[in-house]
Amino acid sequence: MVFFSLLGEMFVTLWPVWLALLIVMGGSYMNRHRMGLYGHIYDSPVGMIGLFLVLFWVFCALLAGFMDLYGPLETVKGMKNAPLMSVPTTVENAQPFIFGGDKIQRDVFSRIIWGTQLVLPIAIFATAVSFTVGITLGLAAGYKGGWLDTIISFIANAVLSFPVIVLFYLIVLMGKESNLPIALAGIIFLFPIALLFFGLFGYFGGWSRKLLIACLIIGPFLVFAYLRLAYNLPGLGWLADWAARTFGGGDQETASSITIWVRDFLRLPGNMLNVFVAVSFASAPGAFRIVRGLALDTKTRDYVSAAETRGENAWYIMIFEILPNVRGPLIVDAALRVGYTTILLGTLGFLGIGLGTESPDWGSMINFGRSLLRIYPHMVLPPAIAIMTLVLGLNLLADAMREQSLKD
Amino acid sequence: MLSFATRRFFILLLTLLVVSFSVFVVVASNERALRALAVGELGSRTTPEEAKSWINREIFHKCPKGERDLANCEPYPVYERYWDWLSGFVVGDWGYSIVFKKHILGYSEYKLDSRGEVIKDRDGVPRPNKDPWGVINERLTATGILAFWTFIPMVFFALLVGVIAGMNEGSKTDRSLSVLSIATTSMPEYVSGILFTVLFATSFGVFAWLAAFFDIFSFTDTWFDSWAKRSPLKAVSNYDKDGTSFAVLFLPVITVAIYGFGYIARMTRASMAEVMASQYIRTAILKGVPRRKVVLSHALRNALIAPFTIIMLQFPFLLSGVVIVEIIFNYKGFGFALNKAATNMDFNLIVACSVVSVIVVLLTQFISDIGYIILNPRLRKQ
Repeated sequence: MVFFSLLGEMFVTLWPVWLALLIVMGGSYMNRHRMGLYGHIYDSPVGMIGLFLVLFWVFCALLAGFMDLYGPLETVKGMKNAPLMSVPTTVENAQPFIFGGDKIQRDVFSRIIWGTQLVLPIAIFATAVSFTVGITLGLAAGYKGGWLDTIISFIANAVLSFPVIVLFYLIVLMGKESNLPIALAGIIFLFPIALLFFGLFGYFGGWSRKLLIACLIIGPFLVFAYLRLAYNLPGLGWLADWAARTFGGGDQETASSITIWVRDFLRLPGNMLNVFVAVSFASAPGAFRIVRGLALDTKTRDYVSAAETRGENAWYIMIFEILPNVRGPLIVDAALRVGYTTILLGTLGFLGIGLGTESPDWGSMINFGRSLLRIYPHMVLPPAIAIMTLVLGLNLLADAMREQSLKD
Repeated sequence: MLSFATRRFFILLLTLLVVSFSVFVVVASNERALRALAVGELGSRTTPEEAKSWINREIFHKCPKGERDLANCEPYPVYERYWDWLSGFVVGDWGYSIVFKKHILGYSEYKLDSRGEVIKDRDGVPRPNKDPWGVINERLTATGILAFWTFIPMVFFALLVGVIAGMNEGSKTDRSLSVLSIATTSMPEYVSGILFTVLFATSFGVFAWLAAFFDIFSFTDTWFDSWAKRSPLKAVSNYDKDGTSFAVLFLPVITVAIYGFGYIARMTRASMAEVMASQYIRTAILKGVPRRKVVLSHALRNALIAPFTIIMLQFPFLLSGVVIVEIIFNYKGFGFALNKAATNMDFNLIVACSVVSVIVVLLTQFISDIGYIILNPRLRKQ
């Protein structure tokens, strides 16, 4: 009986997610013939299931604010280790704890939903960063070949010869006391900027006045973002004060929220930089290998020789000829890699060297409740199943996309 | 072939040098952590000088001015320390583990101190060692047993499923087996380990349900009930206490095997499907060779070349998985030692464990490269 009331309660609490899913998936299903590769996903049941699972978690992250949830750190008296669907008695008209309470009286269900706001962005951005590393180096190594290829491949193989866990211990655990994560962040965050620069460089056909102007326009912001993300550039207090004074309108609350927003803009709090760097560093060599293989494959094609004969810039050929033509396998790999990154993030949390025991990310939740697993499995099973369904969704989605793109 | 092997071997050695140097630099240059370790060993009232001399004595074993001036020694440049470490590493002197209070590698009849010298009584009699094997010997054996028993069912079932799916490409069997293998790759060890523990080793699990079910028929509480209370499978597989047995190994083994299974199965399927679509298979079928014979003697051999490489390249993942599983199930193996060393900043053991795991991975890669050439007749002749 508890099981059915649990399902019902979950259904009601998650109403914004169902609504969004209905609108997006229903609408896309109606117009699936007009939507290219995305529309083709709806042709296979496997793809639909995958997309459903992925979108479910994405909408959980986006719409968590509209749901009737407890806070991620909110404790309610008397709910220590509470079983499924128990209702707090100390508060009037309280929501039940759908998956029960954890060791320190927090609602497991709410924490899982809040956890999506940590897991998904980190997984997606870390994958994006590792892909920019992979694309920049992989294109250069695959297209140019020679000693450049030898050196970069050697480094990638050296990184790949570490079991991931050893890498995590070395970067995150050892790194806590040293400057290693910051040094790695300084290298890794250079690549998105480098890729953008090389793109512009190729687009404008080498050194030119237009390139200079473009760099002057976007350069300062990128340098600011780079210093902020990698080195946590301090000294924005005056800017925050100024923004609060100018836009706050004399209201104390608005002013302080503006201050906080400006101060934390583009800043990775606490342990997040270490985690982010470890995860993207572990996944970058894989992306590099794939891009390199694809570039090696593609560079013998006719359109590449045509571009070479036209006298195009090497970076133009790499970024505007080769890259768009290998996007299919790259998109499929990106879906798989987001899943893999989620697993890595969970691993960090599980080992207790992730975002911290307080944080509601799923790996840390598993680690936090693990000691009571055999008495109270309700603290650990839901986050475990959450990780499983998200990764399963991404894998099914990637599989369906691969199948559908092979059909064309 | 031989020149290829030598070249690969030199690349292996070069990678090993680069990797071990980077590991050493990362760990050794972390002076704050070393000081924390010293303070942890000596107590909270340790002065910086005492800490420094302890680090020089216990970890670096070195001071140019001799024993008395340990406290005033400036830290050695890191490449010189690396050279010391490397020359010890090559001859099997891997140092002393501070956490486990014993030497890291080798067999020693007598107790050794942190400098590798035999501890003697007042009368000069060397103290016998009840526990003669080094940390790595002991732990790597335990993990080897676990990895072996994981590897056999994992590879067997993965190849079986992959071949069956690839034989009937596009059929319903193929589809469902593909989805199955995708589902297993979405279960990392810390998820499946938890699921299996809850399923098989708690009072909520299947054994409890069986007991409840049989209770209806009043088969009373002898058999299944005792199963439910003390599940035959151990959720905490204390390798130290229990040695290895089916009950100890079952849950860890399926936990690691499940995650690796899907990938190998899918690669085998792809390879098998490719072979089944090739010209010579079509010729054989048209010639009237029975299907069983086509699959077993024509297709299988060629289809298993690619999975061989894939299987060997699974080793880094297997090693990572084994570490997690050892932490979940408290199995006292290599991963457990690594975890303990890393969380306690056991300098020598971290370096040793990292380098050992990299050696294992590089060796399997080497075997995979060589094996690929030996198995593939087209490449063998070159």
